[in-house]
Amino acid sequence: MLSRVANAIYWMNRYIERAENYARFIDVKLALTLDMPEGTAEQWDPLVRTTGDDAVFAERFGKPTKENVIRFLAADTDNPNSILSCLSAARQNARSVREIISSEMWEQVNRSYLTVTDAVSGGRFMQNPQGFFAEVKTASHLFGGITDATMSHGEGWHFARLGRLLERADKTSRILDVKYFILLPDVSDVGTPFDNIQWSALLKSASALEMYRKHYGRITPHQVVEFLILNPNFPRAIRYCLIKGEDSLHAISGSDGGTVQNLAERRLGRLRADLDYADIGEITAQGLHEFLDNFQAELNRVGDAIFETFFALRPVEGAMTKGDLQ
Amino acid sequence: MQFTSYDPENFYDETFEGRGRPRPGCTLVMEKIAALTDGELKRRQQAAERVLLDMGVTFGVQGEGTSHEHIFPFDIVPRIVEAAVWERLERGLRQRVTALNCFLQDVYHDKKIIKDGIIPGDLVASSKGFLKACEGLNPPKGIWCHIAGIDLVRVADGTFHVLEDNMRCPSGVAYVLEARQVMKRTFPELFEASRVRPVDEYPGRLLDTLQCLTDRPDPTVVILTPGIYNSAYYEHSFLAQKMGVELVEGADLVAADGFVQMRTTRGLKRVDVIYRRVNDEFLDPLVFREESLLGVPGLMDAYRKGRVALANAPGTGVADDKAIYAYVEKFIRYYLGEEPVIPNVPTYLCSDEKDRAYVLDHLDQLVVKATNEAGGHGMLIGSQAGRREREEFAGRILADPRNYIAQPVLALSRVPTICGDHFEGRHVDLRPYILYGRDIHVMPGGLTRVALRKGSLVVNSCQGGGNKDTWVLSGRDKPC
Repeated sequence: MLSRVANAIYWMNRYIERAENYARFIDVKLALTLDMPEGTAEQWDPLVRTTGDDAVFAERFGKPTKENVIRFLAADTDNPNSILSCLSAARQNARSVREIISSEMWEQVNRSYLTVTDAVSGGRFMQNPQGFFAEVKTASHLFGGITDATMSHGEGWHFARLGRLLERADKTSRILDVKYFILLPDVSDVGTPFDNIQWSALLKSASALEMYRKHYGRITPHQVVEFLILNPNFPRAIRYCLIKGEDSLHAISGSDGGTVQNLAERRLGRLRADLDYADIGEITAQGLHEFLDNFQAELNRVGDAIFETFFALRPVEGAMTKGDLQ
Repeated sequence: MQFTSYDPENFYDETFEGRGRPRPGCTLVMEKIAALTDGELKRRQQAAERVLLDMGVTFGVQGEGTSHEHIFPFDIVPRIVEAAVWERLERGLRQRVTALNCFLQDVYHDKKIIKDGIIPGDLVASSKGFLKACEGLNPPKGIWCHIAGIDLVRVADGTFHVLEDNMRCPSGVAYVLEARQVMKRTFPELFEASRVRPVDEYPGRLLDTLQCLTDRPDPTVVILTPGIYNSAYYEHSFLAQKMGVELVEGADLVAADGFVQMRTTRGLKRVDVIYRRVNDEFLDPLVFREESLLGVPGLMDAYRKGRVALANAPGTGVADDKAIYAYVEKFIRYYLGEEPVIPNVPTYLCSDEKDRAYVLDHLDQLVVKATNEAGGHGMLIGSQAGRREREEFAGRILADPRNYIAQPVLALSRVPTICGDHFEGRHVDLRPYILYGRDIHVMPGGLTRVALRKGSLVVNSCQGGGNKDTWVLSGRDKPC
C-alpha cells in the first residue's frame, strides 16, 4: 500500500473519531451543567484546556462563555480540531483514497460532512447542541460500521482501525481529565450524591454507564477510573484500544505476537504492557492527572513512530532530485 | 411525451428523417419512449440525475470550503448510431490513429515527411507540443498514442468530420461508462429490445493496453494524477478503481537506481507502466518545467532507458496542434497510401499568406481558434462576435499568425432532447475513444456532448453543455 494512501486512511479515521469525541466532551459538560447546584458558576474553560488548544482559544475568543466554547470546538473553521474542521479534513482524505475505500464509506463521510456544514451554517448546532452532538456521534458510528462491513480487512482496514483506536485512547483519557479539572476546586464534594451524578454523567459521555453497571454495579470513582482505563473488553476503555491497536499494528508489520519489527511496535507494545500490569491504586496514588498527562505524551510518541515507520517520505538513496538538473 | 410534432427543421437530425418520422434504426427506441406517460419520463429523468449525484459523478471541484461539485447535466434520450454508420467511423478512426502514430514516430526521428515536403519543418518546430527532449525516443512497441480521443461532428449532409485530435490525455471516458450504468437502470426494457453494443469492457481493455507495454510478468501499472484539485480527478480515481491499480501522485514516485519506484508502507516497489494524466511539461522537472511539483525527477531518464513505460508517450501534443491537424489528411495519404475515410473540416492556416487574407476578410463567417488551446478557450465565433471583438481578434492574428486557424461555422447535427414538457432538437458532437496496444480497439460508443441551450453550438460543460448516452447498434448478423 502506498505510504500516502495509508496515511490518508489513518488520518481520515483519526479525524472522524476526534469529531465524535469532541461531541462527547461538550455533551458531558452540558450534562454536568444541568445538574450543578444552584449558585455555582459555570466553568467552561476547563473544557478548552483539556483539548490543549487553550492558547489559541484565548487569542481568538477571549472569554470562555458557553457559546464561545461550543462555537470554537464545534464550528470554528480556524480551529483545525473543531468538529467541522475534522469532518472537512476527513472528507479531503477520503477523496484522495476514493479508489481504495468502498463507495459506501465515501458516501458516509460525504454525508456526515454535509450534515455538519448544514447544521453550522443554519445555526442548528447552537439552538439544539445535544441533538447536534448526537448526530455527530451517530455519523461516526455509522462510518465505523460501514468500514467493518464493506472494506476488506487487509492492510488498509488495519490502518483505519489503528487510527481510530489511538485517537479514541487519547480522547478517553481527556474525558477523564475533564472530570479532574471540574472536581479540582471542590475536593470536599467527593463521595456526595452530587459527585455520583457527575461520575455517571461522565460514564454516559463515554457510552459506558450501562456496561459499567453490569460490571461493578455501584458507582465509585475508583472503579469508574479503573473501568475507563484498564478494562480489556469495553471498546472505549484505554486498555482495550491499545490491545486492539497493537493487533492491527502487528498485522500491518507482518509480525507475530512475540516479535517486534519496528519502533512503532516497540513503543505501543511497551505502553500496552504498562497498562496490563497497572494497578488502579497505584494510578490514583500517583495522581490521576499526572498519570493521564504522561499517558498522552507516550501515546504521542507512538503516533510519531507510526509516522516515521510507515508514512514519512524520506529521501531515497540513489534517487534523482532536482539537484541533478543537467 | 409524443414525437409527432417534433420538427428536425433545417438541420441534420440523427434520430428523425422528417417531422414525426424516426430513422429506421431509431424507430423502436422512439416508440418505446413515446409510449411512456409524461410523468413517467420525467420521473426517470429525475431518478437518473439523482443516481449521478449519489455516485458523485462530478467535475470541477473547487477547494475546501467552497467545494461545490457539479454533475454533468444529463439527458436520458439516447443518441443512436446505426451499425453501418459506426462501421465506417471505426474504420476511419483506426486509419487516423495509425497515421498519427506514424507521424509521431517520424517527426521525432527521421522527419521524412518534412524532407519530402509534405509539411513545413518550421510549422512542426514551432508547435508548443513539439518537444525537443523527445527526439530519438523509442517508446515500447513503437506506440506513442495509446489512448486517443478524436472529436467528431456531423454536418448538414449527415457525414462525420474530424474536428480535433486529442492525443495527450483525453478525458471524459468515465462519464461514458457511468452514463451507461444510469441508462441501464433508467430504460432496462430498451436495452432488452435494442441491440446496443456494450462499452463496459473499456477498463479491462485499457488495462490490457497498458500491460502490453512491458514484458515483465505481472507488471505493476499505476495512474499518475495531479491530485484531488484537478478537474478530472474523479475520472482518474474511477479508472484506478475499475482497473484495480494504484492511483499515485508525483510525490509517491521516486526514480532511484534508474528505475521508477513507488513509496509503500513496506518500502519501495518498482513501477512498470504509468498511465499518466499529468501533462508533458510537468512530467519531469529535470527535463521539462523545472518548477513542476507534479512530476518525478528522473522519470524521463528511466523512460529513455526502457525501464518504465509511459502512456501516452511524451511529445504527442504536437499532433493536437490545430495547425498540424490541417495536415492529417495528407499524413494518411503519405504514410498509408489511402484516402481518408473521415474527412477534416476545411481549415485555413493563418500562417499561410493567402489563407490569412481570406480569414481576415471573412471573420464574420468563420470560427477562429488558437492552435494550442483546448476546451473552447481562445476562440472567436465570428457570426456571434461584435465588431470590436472581431477587430481585436484580427490584431491578435496579425501579431502571431502561427497561433491561429479558422474554420467555417458548422451546422452540427441535432438529437431530440427533453425540454420541459416536450422534445426539441439540440446540437451534439461525439468523442470516441481509441486504444492502441497489441491492436487498435475503438470503443463502440463515446462521449456525446449536447448544447442544451436553444440554438447553441457550444457543447462545453462550462457553457451550458450536457451529455447523452451514445448507443451504437450492432448489425443484425453480429452478436449483441
